[in-house]
Amino acid sequence: MLYVLQQTLNALQLGSIYALIALGYTLVYSILRMINFAHGDIFMVGGFVCFAAATYLQLPFAVTLLLAMGCTAILGAGLERLAYRPLRDAPRVSAVITALGCGIFLEHFVLWLSPYPQHVPALLQNQTWSLGGLSVSSIQTAIVAIAVALMLVLDFIVQRTMLGLAMRGISMDMKAVALMGVPVDLVISSTFAFGAALGGAAGVLYSLAYPVVDPYMGVLMGWKAFIAAVLGGIGHIRGAVLGGFLLGAVEILVTAFLPSTYRDLTVFTLLLMLLIVRPHGILGRPTLQKV
Amino acid sequence: MSTPKLHAPSHRHRKGMLPALLAGGLAASYLLPYFGVLSPYVQLILISVGVNIILTSSLNLVNGYMGEFSVGHAGFMAVGAYGAAVLSVNVLPYGAAAPWLFPLAIVAGGLAAALLGCVVALLSFKTRGDYLAIVTLAFLMIVKSTLENLDVVGGARGFLGIEKLTTLPWVVAWSVATIWVIRNLVHSRYGRDIQAVRDDEIAANQTGVDTRRAKVLAFSVSSFFAGVAGGLLAHHLQFINPRMFDIAKSTDMLVMVYLGGIGSLGGSILGATIYTLLLEALRPLGAFRMMLMPLMLVLLMLFRPRGIMGMREFSWLLPACDRDAREAAASDVDKDGKA
Repeated sequence: MLYVLQQTLNALQLGSIYALIALGYTLVYSILRMINFAHGDIFMVGGFVCFAAATYLQLPFAVTLLLAMGCTAILGAGLERLAYRPLRDAPRVSAVITALGCGIFLEHFVLWLSPYPQHVPALLQNQTWSLGGLSVSSIQTAIVAIAVALMLVLDFIVQRTMLGLAMRGISMDMKAVALMGVPVDLVISSTFAFGAALGGAAGVLYSLAYPVVDPYMGVLMGWKAFIAAVLGGIGHIRGAVLGGFLLGAVEILVTAFLPSTYRDLTVFTLLLMLLIVRPHGILGRPTLQKV
Repeated sequence: MSTPKLHAPSHRHRKGMLPALLAGGLAASYLLPYFGVLSPYVQLILISVGVNIILTSSLNLVNGYMGEFSVGHAGFMAVGAYGAAVLSVNVLPYGAAAPWLFPLAIVAGGLAAALLGCVVALLSFKTRGDYLAIVTLAFLMIVKSTLENLDVVGGARGFLGIEKLTTLPWVVAWSVATIWVIRNLVHSRYGRDIQAVRDDEIAANQTGVDTRRAKVLAFSVSSFFAGVAGGLLAHHLQFINPRMFDIAKSTDMLVMVYLGGIGSLGGSILGATIYTLLLEALRPLGAFRMMLMPLMLVLLMLFRPRGIMGMREFSWLLPACDRDAREAAASDVDKDGKA
């Protein structure tokens, strides 16, 4: 029982990182119907900014986190401006290929800067508390707390502010919203910035938990977070959070009871089965196709 | 007043030229290395160009002609590679005694991949678009993880001791066969069914197109040739491991397909050739090479979103009847233009 509880804590930690990345996919998808395949690599850039800030500048943790989020937000909005906006009216698949290309470019750009995996110094002092046999570390608590706080901030922005209202409007009908005087380009740019900032924050939290960063770390994490977004129903903000925690839970529970090499096999088999039963994810509704 | 009939002799002339050209190419691919004209390095590049042409044109059948977004092509390739390798090493240890069994192993690997392609096609009945992309991705990861956990074929360490049986003539022959089969398929009735799924699945269903059959056909033919390419690669490198067939491999193939242009076999040939040769030519640039390639891809997409050939075709790749129709249409336009 204690073992299961301990693993649940680990699952919360991994799940909150997945959920943060998945939010970036889902935000962009809900307004542009486009999968930003470079998002996993934005997560990786967040990890590297964290590494650089902690190693060379020795900034405190809070500043590092904000710096990483700021850098990735600029990166996300920049990618949108330079690579995706000119393709908004092009066939959808060219935008997808462009996103893949941007992702590969980011990987190799970082690879050129740092050819080796880098060790991230400890950003927070790790303390372990024992709660009746259950050991809780301060890093674990910090990761989950920061992730949940960021999710609440995002939820507030989307549900309670004018910007969020514009975002929700664009996701329903971009043309009509533009006619009502909403600066569509600005809203889309800021959506990319928010999504990328969450990805960057996930990169920092990831390097808190697993303190090694390498240029390819975004590939598998990105695809898995994408799966989390699809699991929950892509385009649904709460679905992405749900999918992220679900994926984290399944992964941790599989590694807890089976050899760890079976992790990917089980996770992807479960995903396939879920998609057969619910082809549109847990919270997603099948869209009516009009002829 | 030129009538289309006047063009007829030139058609017949060209009709005989293509097979002659192919036969010549095949003979050259055998004779040139035999007499030591092509250095082993050039042969190596040509082999990887050929394997990439097979992969690209088979992926184009699903992603270009059928309009789905499959990212699992490397998985089919892995199944073909392992199937052929197991067959040639463990089941039929023929060695030099019977090299004619080599195509048998390749075909068997391709069939194994085609079988899995059918399974993915069954899943594609219910899911489309982005969700089907996830299904193919999940399939790829399942294949890779299964191979990593199968100790019989070496697990994550990889599969060693494959004989070097892939030669340049084999690769040329298989690439030509791939192009020929896919060309004839997409210009047949079944091929029009496949393209109808891309253009409008619901309308196609309403007009009596069996879209399910079209999907099964496209996925199984496409994965068969991916398996063939895998088998050829395994017997070329003499070593395979599951990590060779990951998402990055699929991404490479996607890049080649969309670089060349979807829905065009000529585009696939160009895309695969240009990508492979360019990666080789840029080797002196070192780390910059891998930054330059995606940058060029992004620029290409920005200025030419449909790729090099997008939805167009070289006339020598069209079947004779379609070629006639195209030239008749062109001469009609000429006449209208003059009139």
